Amino acid sequence: MCLAVPGRVLDIEERDGTRMATVDFGGVVKEVCLEYLPDLQVGEYAIVHVGFALQRLDEESAKQTLELFAQLGMLQEEFGDPWEQAAEAGGATPPVGDAVIEEVRK
Amino acid sequence: MKYIDEFQDPELARRLLDDIHSTVTRPWALMEVCGGQTHTIIRHGIDQLLPEQVELIHGPGCPVCVTPLEVIDKALEIASRPEVIFCSFGDMLRVPGTGRDLFQVRSEGGDVRVVYSPLDALRIARQNPDREVVFFGIGFETTAPPNAMTVHQARRLGIPNFSLLVSHVRVPPAIEAIMSAPNCRVQAFLAAGHVCSVMGVGEYPELAERFRVPIVVTGFEPLDILEGVRRTVLQLERGEHTVDNAYARAVRPEGNPAAQAMLEDVFEVTDRAWRGIGVIPDSGWRLSPKYRDHDAEYRFSVDGIQTREPAECRSGEVLQGMLKPHECEAFGTVCTPRTPLGATMVSSEGACAAYYLYRRLDITTAAREASPVV
Repeated sequence: MCLAVPGRVLDIEERDGTRMATVDFGGVVKEVCLEYLPDLQVGEYAIVHVGFALQRLDEESAKQTLELFAQLGMLQEEFGDPWEQAAEAGGATPPVGDAVIEEVRK
Repeated sequence: MKYIDEFQDPELARRLLDDIHSTVTRPWALMEVCGGQTHTIIRHGIDQLLPEQVELIHGPGCPVCVTPLEVIDKALEIASRPEVIFCSFGDMLRVPGTGRDLFQVRSEGGDVRVVYSPLDALRIARQNPDREVVFFGIGFETTAPPNAMTVHQARRLGIPNFSLLVSHVRVPPAIEAIMSAPNCRVQAFLAAGHVCSVMGVGEYPELAERFRVPIVVTGFEPLDILEGVRRTVLQLERGEHTVDNAYARAVRPEGNPAAQAMLEDVFEVTDRAWRGIGVIPDSGWRLSPKYRDHDAEYRFSVDGIQTREPAECRSGEVLQGMLKPHECEAFGTVCTPRTPLGATMVSSEGACAAYYLYRRLDITTAAREASPVV
């Protein structure tokens, strides 16, 4: 959770008076709030934490970090199914059909 | 240098390490504040690559680990209520409260949901106007601004059934508490990079001066850590104690002013208990009175909870750098990721989890050597 991951802005739209973006994290795409970096533009990279862009990052550093995180399995840790991960760590069966995660993934 | 080939740029890593080795003349104890940095250090064996004189002490910077047991128990209590949809980040699912965790609450019928962002929880509140949606707001200065914005949005959009169970913590008072402890061995800090992406470096010069301690803002990748250590050791050897930014690609000196302004609007500074450590003055945030309607502690009566911390868990000493995880008697025996006594063994940023995950072979070898029978 404390991990912040670099991502690239794919598109930006205003929703409910809030500046929101679609951001690509090395293949995983998520919605991200741009209220803390309101002048971030399509194509730029930012450090994103729990769905919020917190600071700009240059393209080269962002790509290097993403590549490293992917190699180390950290993107899977960040964006994988948390119920499965928790169940695996605890030796239990994950609850099935978490509608929220499915919805968030979409 | 057995792990160095795994570095992103092994040549640069070698140069940084050579530089550190040739600079060090005396023993130094450095604390990395952030749990993410601890995992990088252990995963890449950085502590073993450094000169023997340079000791890395793991700090209290894992938000999951320091969330007090009392707050975990309040979360479990609220999450068990039939009218509540309890939303949390995935890291909190297996953090042990007194006797159970959120994973068990869900298996007992509680409506516990995992979200990626606090805004997902707000969306759930909008979609379920007849339910109470509570978001578990823990974390340091990186997580507090997203949670602050979410509460602000709930109010702006008029979503009354959304509330936050708040247990946010701040890094600078923790540094102050560590340096003020009578048995403190820490001589320098590797400050947590992403906390500084938000807050900037303005809170540190006074601490560096008062405690005569170098503070080097450091990133999370293996090369970042080596560069942070290199700059720290250089200062220590020269007798300097300044604030240095070794993570300039992500940290501007002023931080993120918009995020800081939102923090100031939504939260107010308060004393906060840290799990295993105790109360540190001014070390946390709570919702300011004007957002009290969205404070889960006010909305739900959860006072009078009796907490019970396992006596054999020494995670408080681990979090303060007084004990290495494998020095705890319960480590790897009674306490494992499957049967954790404390949060440091389950959190993805916990020091005990890092030692267990990446030093598994060493643990087995040590256990065999200790036992004359095997």
